[in-house]
Amino acid sequence: MKIHEYQGKELLKKFGVVVPRGMFCPTVDDAVKAAETLGGKVWVVKAQIHAGGRGKGGGVKVAKSLDEVRQYASQILGMQLVTHQTGPAGQKVRRLLVEEGADIRKEYYVAALTDRASQKVAMMASSEGGMDIEEVAHKTPEKILKVFIDPADGLTDAQATELATGIGVPAESVAKAVATFKGLYQCYMETDASLAEINPLILEGNGDIKALDAKFNFDSNSLYRQPEIVAYRDLDEEDPDELEASKFDLSYISLDGNIGCLVNGAGLAMATMDTIKLFGAEPANFLDVGGGATTEKVTEAFQIMLRNPKVKGILVNIFGGIMRCDTIATGVVAAARETHLSVPLVVRMKGTNEDIGKKILSESGLPIITADSMAEAATKIVAAVS
Amino acid sequence: MSILINKDTKIITQGITGKTGQFHTEKCQEYANGKNCFVAGVNPKKAGESIFGIPIFGSVKDAAAETGATVSVIYVPPPGAAAAIWEAVEADLDLVVCITEGIPVRDMLIVRNKMLRKEAAGGKKTLLLGPNCPGLITPDEVKIGIMPGHIHRKGRIGVVSRSGTLTYEAVGQLTEIGLGQSSAVGTGGDPINGLKHIDIMRLFNDDPDTDAVIMIGEIGGPDEADAAVWCKANMKKPVVGFIAGVTAPAGKRMGHAGALISGGADTADAKLAIMEECGFTVTRDPSEMGKLIKALI
Repeated sequence: MKIHEYQGKELLKKFGVVVPRGMFCPTVDDAVKAAETLGGKVWVVKAQIHAGGRGKGGGVKVAKSLDEVRQYASQILGMQLVTHQTGPAGQKVRRLLVEEGADIRKEYYVAALTDRASQKVAMMASSEGGMDIEEVAHKTPEKILKVFIDPADGLTDAQATELATGIGVPAESVAKAVATFKGLYQCYMETDASLAEINPLILEGNGDIKALDAKFNFDSNSLYRQPEIVAYRDLDEEDPDELEASKFDLSYISLDGNIGCLVNGAGLAMATMDTIKLFGAEPANFLDVGGGATTEKVTEAFQIMLRNPKVKGILVNIFGGIMRCDTIATGVVAAARETHLSVPLVVRMKGTNEDIGKKILSESGLPIITADSMAEAATKIVAAVS
Repeated sequence: MSILINKDTKIITQGITGKTGQFHTEKCQEYANGKNCFVAGVNPKKAGESIFGIPIFGSVKDAAAETGATVSVIYVPPPGAAAAIWEAVEADLDLVVCITEGIPVRDMLIVRNKMLRKEAAGGKKTLLLGPNCPGLITPDEVKIGIMPGHIHRKGRIGVVSRSGTLTYEAVGQLTEIGLGQSSAVGTGGDPINGLKHIDIMRLFNDDPDTDAVIMIGEIGGPDEADAAVWCKANMKKPVVGFIAGVTAPAGKRMGHAGALISGGADTADAKLAIMEECGFTVTRDPSEMGKLIKALI
């Protein structure tokens, strides 16, 4: 789960990380009022959407007067902000953050994340702040420093100092950077984050260390014990179909192709998508119905897939284990009837009660195409839609 | 032979009295030598009782001491699952198989680091399979986990994968063409887990009754690449490799918590390339895994 920058900064502040003074603003008037309240001569008007790359897309502006605050707030609020992470349609801006301007002497990068290889929390820092960190990692990997943290020890003073001096924080500000890194680590652990990134982290003219941005991802397995984080959830930022699917315990992700697929198991679902591509078409979605699919769940899955106007055919691929093929077949027939299915449907099922399942499909009177292997299923659905 | 488990393995079930634990314990008992292998259950509130003829103990330690069991399988719900793993580790078991899906990553981080500390301090090393995995099976001997037993057939091909149904897919193909499996192992879909592809490949390499291996992976993390590099220098047996997720977009979690492309090196294409370079017979068509193995042996 992701949250907005202003929410991330609220969290960081609780853990002692210094952030610019700022106010969350749902309207243009609020933005002007916020600037007045904050005072000063320079303000930053920032679009609040979950995607990164907002600055390049025109979603972050520096205003030098209250008139400019009003002008930029009106421009940004309501715009379809297109960044490299939003896709070509962009994301509508519904919220703003207005902050005091910062006196930037130097920009750094710091992030905490779970490192799979070492099975520890990694804290990464770089002198190349404000840039795309993937690019820094690719072009100048030596400019990224990492320390690995055993949760029993936490981030030690030695590790935090190593990072701070390693990225070139001047001696008089090292203690402030160390406090920032420790706060970031504590925040990461206590909120069950899976990523906590500050880019840029800045050194101000007066030697202060401040987080100018905050990007968080949270471990969805832990949300049950993080009510404060769940309260930050902004459903406007989420794909409505993915949201609807999650209510039925379906794991759904929409993609750009025209073949809907319904599979049990995440690995097999990805393999099915790949097979569709291998045989010349593109999958319209990832959809894992999980281990305990019922007729209602299969029907809901069909409805979600069919809501996508691009879908020209459906491929169902089930490996029946604990879940029996006859249960799935009954669900597929009911779903096809209830949705008045008008696109070609190929069903491949293997495993427990495969024969009974196939019989249910063939006796349904519906034009369901069956297949024995994933390759055959993909060939048939690709032929049926072209 | 086989890897990790066989017909003589004695197993404790943690979470045996829950709905999932009961359902799968019955299936595991019914499979091959399961009646003799599943010797104990654990539930502190029901110590002294029994279920399906299996005695229930108050702790893993008691269960191990009374029955001589060396392996446990965990169906405990997510909030208590990491503690259940640690209990089995503290009881010095050989292997813990954690089926539970949805354990907080932080809990796994903490328990894995505690396990590493225990080993570093000279304590007994307990292997962990999973979490969020289907378990493992040695056909016609014993199955520990949630896979359907009847699709398996005793044979000489090893299967290792993160995901459940994709493992079944490979197993089904092998059974259909008459080859069968020596053991089939699911390492699980979570980012922080125990045994990885490389560990399972080592075991298959040393197993005299495994002739070749199907290694299946997916997007996210370094496991498959690490295993491929190790195999290049050490593996004496042919390997067929497949990676799921060529069509998965970066930055989107594909069902499994660990199936998330985070950088350039953990895409399906990058993994397929390194596996091919390391001498695997790589396919992009998962329907071909069985056929390719047949051609290699």
